[in-house]
Amino acid sequence: MKIKAIAINTFREAIRDRVLYLLFFFTVVALLFSRLLAMLTVGDRVKIIKDVGLASISLFGMLMAILIGTGLVYKEIDKKTVFTLISKPIQRWQFLLGKFFGLVLTLFIMTVLMSLIFIVIVFLHTSKIEGRLLLAVLFIFIELVLITAVAILFSCFSTPILSSLFSVSFYLIGHFSWGLETLLLKTKPGPTKVLLQGIYALLPDLENFNFKTEAVYGLAVQPKFYFYSALYGIVYTFFILMLAVLIFKKRDFV
Amino acid sequence: MAAVLRIENLSKAFKLGFIPRTKEILRGISLSVDSGEIFGYLGPNGAGKTTTLKCVLGLIFPDNGLIEIFGHPHLSLEGKERIGYLPENPYFYEYLTAAEFLDFYAQLFGLRKKGREEKIRSLLRLVGLEKTRGLQLRKFSRGMLQRIGLAQALVNDPELLFLDEPLGGLDPLGRKEVRDIIIRLRQEGKTVLLCSHILQDIEMICDHVAIIVSGKIISQGALQDLISEKILFTEVTLSGLAFDELISLGEPLWARGEKIFLRVLHEENIEKLTVLVHGRKGKIHSLVPRTETLEDIFVGMVKQE
Repeated sequence: MKIKAIAINTFREAIRDRVLYLLFFFTVVALLFSRLLAMLTVGDRVKIIKDVGLASISLFGMLMAILIGTGLVYKEIDKKTVFTLISKPIQRWQFLLGKFFGLVLTLFIMTVLMSLIFIVIVFLHTSKIEGRLLLAVLFIFIELVLITAVAILFSCFSTPILSSLFSVSFYLIGHFSWGLETLLLKTKPGPTKVLLQGIYALLPDLENFNFKTEAVYGLAVQPKFYFYSALYGIVYTFFILMLAVLIFKKRDFV
Repeated sequence: MAAVLRIENLSKAFKLGFIPRTKEILRGISLSVDSGEIFGYLGPNGAGKTTTLKCVLGLIFPDNGLIEIFGHPHLSLEGKERIGYLPENPYFYEYLTAAEFLDFYAQLFGLRKKGREEKIRSLLRLVGLEKTRGLQLRKFSRGMLQRIGLAQALVNDPELLFLDEPLGGLDPLGRKEVRDIIIRLRQEGKTVLLCSHILQDIEMICDHVAIIVSGKIISQGALQDLISEKILFTEVTLSGLAFDELISLGEPLWARGEKIFLRVLHEENIEKLTVLVHGRKGKIHSLVPRTETLEDIFVGMVKQE
């Protein structure tokens, strides 16, 4: 009940934030632009629409999660609204989870809206709704949930600008860390390999949620990959949230 | 009467600066607030009033000491269910309307929808904001924010209220209204801990006071015990005498037309003055004895420290 109340209040805050609408507007522009790009392309036009569309949903969703998520907790502390909230009979972890779920709800609605436009544009070309595309969007959403948790974690102890920088770095590292896997295969056994394995285990691998290529080109994916990717997302999000709760629990609100 | 709030030996230090230096904010605070009283917590800026409140409310963690609310540890939810808090310079969710704002806080206490609606209506009426229930808080004036802040502090019908500068930013009429609300809350059996700089207000409504200076409580007790009944001087307005004739009896401060305003320091001079005025067929318009005020005590103690 208390987490729900905070989540709904956070949702209200997010949907009254102009940044959200600005980003949504740009997503719509990008989706429409994919149609224009397709018209200029020789070959399979639908693939371009699918490719640009999924990339737009992923990119602007990530920006929404970071730009709104990094300000959520910080603003509460900076504007001192947290004073009245924490003095009420709620635990600090309930406050943090409420904030998290509020933003996740906002992102869910935004993702659904962006996907609807995307699916309609694809439908106009192919006259069918492809389940694979919806599955790719679902994994984009799982990635956004994880990014939200990361943004909230940084927001617990640093300013929105720094938190945004940290979160974008997390996103970039997450999408390039698979390179380490290739490096590991080429490294001879020894201390260097152990060190690299340690780093690879710690760093996020956000490519686990990337099923865009498979969706666009119709490549087969074993169901277990979907399962492991979803599990990875849930466990990683849980871990980041635990970390955020631990930091937030000990904070003095001066 | 049972203590609803008990603080013992509370201390808190912060590390400040690039090269951290420890600054002690609270140095062994002990106080006890009894049920049904209005407790005034006074101190100059930076004395540690708000820090004490923040420790009590679980916003910051004390280094040492014990805090109990209704006999429960201060961080327990049992204690928090029964308290209300209005922070100094309240900032609230400006994107919410007054009704949405109170509804949100009512939900945190698990109030059902029907009960919440009634509660919101009565609270808005109490603080005189029923006409602005649909207005976003970003459009509220400072005084209106203070009132809606008071309303949110009362949303759970608390037995113990913490009000940090509740009269700050209010016009004289608003101050009187908030003062009346506080007095009414006491009549309903609630306990109020009030931090304020406005000593006249504290003097008017508080039963007990504690004075904190540099993180230490230097005096506390019932207000009537702290303020002595001794007359400091008497202010007299009279006519029918010349300015110079009064110098031996007191300190003539100003003359306007026939009227002279005089400050008489010694009580025995009052009698001499009345005899003189009657003898000269003059007139005494007013005679006001001035006793020691809370402000006199407060200023004296702070200077001494």
